[in-house]
Amino acid sequence: MASANSNWLIRCQGVNVEFSPDQIALRDVSLCISPGEFVSIVGPSGCGKSTLLRVAAGLIAPSSGTFQLAETATQSHRQRVAFVFQDPTLLPWRSVTGNVRLPLELTGSGTGVESLVAETVNLVGLSDQDVRKRPAMLSGGMRMRVSLARALVTRPDILLMDEPFAALDDLLRQQLNEELLRVCRSNNRTTLFVTHNVSEAVFLSDRVLIMSAGPGTILCEMDVPFAYPRTAELRSQPEFARLTGEIASRLRGTAE
Amino acid sequence: MKRSSITDVAGPPLIVLVGVCVVWETTVRTFQVPAYLLPGPLQIAQAAWSTRDQLITAMWLTAQAALCGLALSILIGTSIALAFSQSGFIRRGFYPYAIFLQTVPIVAIAPLVIIWFGHRFLSVVLISFVISVFPIITSATTGLMMVDGNLLDLFRLHRASRWQVLLKLRLPNSVPFLLTGVRIATGVTVIGAIVGEFFVGEGAKSPGLGYLMYQKQILMRTDELFAAVIGATVLGVVVFAVVTVVGNRILARWFDQPSE
Repeated sequence: MASANSNWLIRCQGVNVEFSPDQIALRDVSLCISPGEFVSIVGPSGCGKSTLLRVAAGLIAPSSGTFQLAETATQSHRQRVAFVFQDPTLLPWRSVTGNVRLPLELTGSGTGVESLVAETVNLVGLSDQDVRKRPAMLSGGMRMRVSLARALVTRPDILLMDEPFAALDDLLRQQLNEELLRVCRSNNRTTLFVTHNVSEAVFLSDRVLIMSAGPGTILCEMDVPFAYPRTAELRSQPEFARLTGEIASRLRGTAE
Repeated sequence: MKRSSITDVAGPPLIVLVGVCVVWETTVRTFQVPAYLLPGPLQIAQAAWSTRDQLITAMWLTAQAALCGLALSILIGTSIALAFSQSGFIRRGFYPYAIFLQTVPIVAIAPLVIIWFGHRFLSVVLISFVISVFPIITSATTGLMMVDGNLLDLFRLHRASRWQVLLKLRLPNSVPFLLTGVRIATGVTVIGAIVGEFFVGEGAKSPGLGYLMYQKQILMRTDELFAAVIGATVLGVVVFAVVTVVGNRILARWFDQPSE
């Protein structure tokens, strides 16, 4: 593990999560993530990927072990972290703007933020015509963009994403992958990204962590050597296919 | 969501009504059924016309009692649901009784209400309230509690206060559920008012539909009794249609239209 790394933003040491004595979600998970790094977690269903993400969000406390974020003077733990769920998880009675503004309202900074909200909405590729629409009027892809905008509007240091594009068709997923990279790399945002899709993980990440189930633990990690910015062409390169294949075969190993 | 007009809501029942009337009139004439047993629709229509002032006054009075009962149900039912949503102890302690009380037949409660509150309009309102409050409590509680777990996590992540969770998440989430509860309550609130009027009897200054029916039965004025029954049906349909249309408008504005 990369726990020897001294320049870390997220450090997780020997984390165990037990929901009950016979339901151990995570066992002895250690990882270290540097500022600006994009790390994906892949693994079979039920291997604790989402649990690990929820530990990072502060939504689940580890049963033992430590989970730390590097200290900064400005923001508290939770405000530094934003979470994107598998479903867009929007408030259906609020407009796009209303949904994106929600985190600012909850943290008490909901007034005088129109320009910040508008800027964030544009950043994720939503048009000015969309901002007054309710979620029911938007396509699945647009809802996911709103969800992403809601996460980015607080300008978090760390973006935690739990299979955000799993329900989208492959073409839209690839397009959103490219846009996500643009958004994350442009301001060096640290991202922890859970996915089932190996090719997505390789395309996005500096590093891919492979987890195994029963109980969930990190089996190994693979560095992704491709330079940023990455474009759609990367997906057709032999090295990309080789790395994807290797991770997939390791994943198959965990399932057997 | 499809928006329904009054025509959509009231049209099909009206067509069925006309069909039934035609068969009914033909049967009564063919078999020469005595009018005190079963008057034909035409005779009933004549009776309705000749007693129209009495009928309209009675319908208006019953409507007032039913709507007051409904308003009280919405107010108190929602408040109780709010208390349930804010305290696990209150919810676990009282909710089973709320469910249980729903199964008590309204006729069993009506005489008690009259003993406590007397033979007056208020008792009719209270009986109407008692019958319509439980659907509102149960549906509003469901709406306040059945919040997407991820949304609750999102609010926790941003350190939302209990108050923020209630105002920005639970209450708006409960609106469609509450509207469903109101629709169910509307169906029974008119029944509650009429049953109340049966029991309140002469105490009321002018008789509502319930007491009117009772009077007509004593006098064996079957045609006028039918006219009162039709009045009650029309009242039920109108109140239900208005509440349904208003509810659908609110829902459409809530979810499907651009915000201002």
